[in-house]
Amino acid sequence: MSEAGEAGSHPDGAATEPGWTAAVRDRLSRRLTVEELLPTRQPSYVGSWVYVFGVVTIAALVWVVASGCVLAFMGSAWWHTSSLGHFFNSIHFWSVQMFFIFMVLHLWGQYWGAGWRDGRAATWMVGVVIFLFSIVTAFTGYLVQQNFDSQWIAVNAKDAVNSTGLGGFFNVLNFGQMYGLHVMLLPIGVTLLAVLHILQVRSRGVVRPIGDPYVAEPTAPGEPLP
Amino acid sequence: MRARRPPVAKADYYRGVRTAPYDLLKELAIATIAMLAVVLVLSAILSSPDVPSATIQSWARSEPVDFVTTAASELAGQSTTAQYGPPYNDGSGSVQSLGPIAPQQWAGVHVAVNAPLDYVLEPLSQATVGDQTLASALSTFNAATATQQQGWLTAYIQALGGATVVNSQVVVASGDYGPVPTLMSRLLGLARTGGLDALLLTSDHFYQTDYSKPLLFLADGGYFPGLAQAQDLTGSQWGMMNETGRYPGQAWLWLYTLWYQIPPFNSASNADLLVVLVMTVLSLGLLLIPFIPGLRDIPRWIPIHRLIWRKHYAELAHRRR
Repeated sequence: MSEAGEAGSHPDGAATEPGWTAAVRDRLSRRLTVEELLPTRQPSYVGSWVYVFGVVTIAALVWVVASGCVLAFMGSAWWHTSSLGHFFNSIHFWSVQMFFIFMVLHLWGQYWGAGWRDGRAATWMVGVVIFLFSIVTAFTGYLVQQNFDSQWIAVNAKDAVNSTGLGGFFNVLNFGQMYGLHVMLLPIGVTLLAVLHILQVRSRGVVRPIGDPYVAEPTAPGEPLP
Repeated sequence: MRARRPPVAKADYYRGVRTAPYDLLKELAIATIAMLAVVLVLSAILSSPDVPSATIQSWARSEPVDFVTTAASELAGQSTTAQYGPPYNDGSGSVQSLGPIAPQQWAGVHVAVNAPLDYVLEPLSQATVGDQTLASALSTFNAATATQQQGWLTAYIQALGGATVVNSQVVVASGDYGPVPTLMSRLLGLARTGGLDALLLTSDHFYQTDYSKPLLFLADGGYFPGLAQAQDLTGSQWGMMNETGRYPGQAWLWLYTLWYQIPPFNSASNADLLVVLVMTVLSLGLLLIPFIPGLRDIPRWIPIHRLIWRKHYAELAHRRR
């Protein structure tokens, strides 16, 4: 690769320093400025109630992670023998329920607003991946409760997983494997994806309402307006 | 309603759009505190479910005939687990496929379970210390031909249909069962003490976290599904999304669970594979909505967006007038 090809550039297109680091830095600075990340003004249509669902989903995720950290720190058996532990488990439980309620409302809100328009398909897709990841994360949570629910869900779920050929690699009867996935890998995945999703939203900005296209939009002959 | 358009500068994209003050972090902080208040109230009032787990000990004490019947079927190689197939063994009883598509068979055995050895013969062999009667019964059983073993077990399992419990022991009518009654009596005694729960977890490692064997054993009996039935948790009761007590459970699995309630899934021998395939297709559909004509156009055809942006459209109409 030539030096010119490696060179970074300013937002106005002028090259700066050569190298991967400069290229990534300049690309990031073009895609997302601090002003875009932490805006103080937004289009007035963002005042709709539908935009609250995404923020409330993040708020619920905060308490899912926080209560989960306490439960993980105190050990998997703590909440069965301590009333304080059971209370923290209840906080974790209801935070998860709230997380899913508002995530689904957010998903429906974005569907009916066609939030993927105008170059935002990747934002929608990452959101759907978060939804699917969250289902697997919650499922492993039910498997590691160490009570009757865990036993019954594991015994029933094994047949579906086994039918795909994955039962030997994702063994729902193996508490150790499910616990590791639930308290470590899957929450990290959901959290990182949520951060990516937020950065995508902040980088692109909020999509315009349906039927209210931006004036500079190129429209092919015969193509319907967005 | 295309998903991909040429990149447009934000200034151009938002040209003509009225903006309003917006405090992102303040909104997030308020939402986080409000959410904490909500979950604290829900936790204080409604708590969370925690029905104690079933154990092999509780099974042996509550339903000894069911325990012995299950153990005998494990020893005879007739239980669901003994005949399951991959990933547990080379059986075929629970192997699912769709035409030539047989991923369960292709994947092979990865969590090996040998039902006669793991559930009966190995635990009993570890309990022979100081028990000459048991050691002798095990020797007799192991020395017998496979045909003789099956003959004893078949007769014993049939006799268990009329079994009674006397002084915590399972008693059957007299018959030619060989050493099987002794083996089952000792296994029941071991289970009643809780020893079998521990023995099914042992291997050549000190630390254990894999409950595959005891869970599969529990699932083969009638006691464990009976507990679930009482809690409305079986498959025909939308079990996968329910949980014990009056709690919401995994409500987000409603669509997955729905398929098991309706034809052809509720009578298909490969229902699990079919449902997984259907859900995979639907999940991919959800993921790729921005690229699927028709699905991506529904929000334009059904104007729920008029409600979402009600004030904005009213303002637009006012400006146009």
